[in-house]
Amino acid sequence: MHISEGVLSGPVLIAGAALAVAGTAIGLKKIDYDHIVHVAILASAFFVAALIHVNIGPSSAHLILNGIVGLLLGFSAFPAILTALLLQSIFFQYGGLTALGVNTVVMAAPAVAVHYLFLPFIGRSPRMTFIMGFLSGMAAILFSSLLLGLALWFTDENFFKTSLAVILANLPVMVIEGIVTGFCVSFLLKVYPEIISKKKANHD
Amino acid sequence: MIEEPFAQGTSFIHNMEPRIKILAAFALSLAASLCSHFSIIRVYLLISVILVTAARLNFGALAKRLKPLFLFLSMIWFILPLTFEGRVLYHYGRIRITEPGILLSAMITFKSITIVLVFTALVATMTVASLGNGLHRLHLPDKLVFLLLMCYRYIAVIEEEYNRLLRAAKFRGFIPRTDLHSYKTFACLAGMLFVRASLRAQRVHKAMLCRGFNGKFHTLDVFLPNRFNSIFLRAIVCMSLGLFIYEQIWF
Repeated sequence: MHISEGVLSGPVLIAGAALAVAGTAIGLKKIDYDHIVHVAILASAFFVAALIHVNIGPSSAHLILNGIVGLLLGFSAFPAILTALLLQSIFFQYGGLTALGVNTVVMAAPAVAVHYLFLPFIGRSPRMTFIMGFLSGMAAILFSSLLLGLALWFTDENFFKTSLAVILANLPVMVIEGIVTGFCVSFLLKVYPEIISKKKANHD
Repeated sequence: MIEEPFAQGTSFIHNMEPRIKILAAFALSLAASLCSHFSIIRVYLLISVILVTAARLNFGALAKRLKPLFLFLSMIWFILPLTFEGRVLYHYGRIRITEPGILLSAMITFKSITIVLVFTALVATMTVASLGNGLHRLHLPDKLVFLLLMCYRYIAVIEEEYNRLLRAAKFRGFIPRTDLHSYKTFACLAGMLFVRASLRAQRVHKAMLCRGFNGKFHTLDVFLPNRFNSIFLRAIVCMSLGLFIYEQIWF
């Protein structure tokens, strides 16, 4: 979910950049040098996951998985997502320099929110884990599209209908991200629980 | 799949110091994104075209790179004229095309092409390693630069893992469809990607500690001080600032 260059107004871009800097600063503070390699390689995994396309009927969509990144990294999701987005703009020219702040906030703030909302419930029972995973994936995309809509709306009130269209267009993506995140979290908990429980131990 | 088609080259833009290029790209794109008059944005577009020409980029690769942007812009041209309020230029039944919608679409087109061209000419013309060097010399936090370089380094490795997992799934008869089974398979695939990334991170970290890693990366690139660099940067910053102030005062 990217907003291209040249759409948003100056104040929105600057506010986005300021929030991104603040989030990234907090995130970087929480990473020590024992974990920085972990965060970096998970950021590459997040980058690669965005290359996975799943079918939706005749069309297809790529995974976003900012929900999982949020669950795994907490506040460190901010610098991780910023890095991945910067590399995406270098390689594929999605987004760019001036919208980088807004795009980071749009993707990373929901990831952090999901971490604090749903992580405490994950691992209580298999069914609970799936449901919370589903909600994380869905909520992350929902919040992201709401933030994107808000950024458009603050730019110009005439963008209201466009914002609604953005949110509606993301409804099927929300469901798919929910399903994929639910299965993915269940899978991680079965195969390699340390990746989640280590984070949980820090969290509690 | 992941390439840097513009990173290698012989033009003077390729030889410029990364720090200078980052600052110039930042100043130009910021000024262009704040612009709101057609007569001014045309000047920015001209500057960006000059920069791209000076960098002597491969035209085919450039066109390929602009494709997602043009898809996005065609969507903008489709949605905005129909949904904006204002003076109606043309209507057919309930469908109305408004003037503000058209003007805004045109403005967005100009701005986004300008900013993307500036980015391509100045930022995409260096390797990510040089970008890291430039950001470091601009005193960005060490940890952030480290994240950027490390993430870049491992993208190709993780992508290779992904292709291997996908190939294994296909050998076992997996055909992606719109059903729960396909989504579950992709979820496990993505999950495995995160597991392998995490395990790899532990190994890499241990290996780095063995080699005496203390949280610092040392760059081997040396950029000699060059008077042209500072002249270029000053020219770009003055131009951006000048156009910005001119627009504020005269329009």
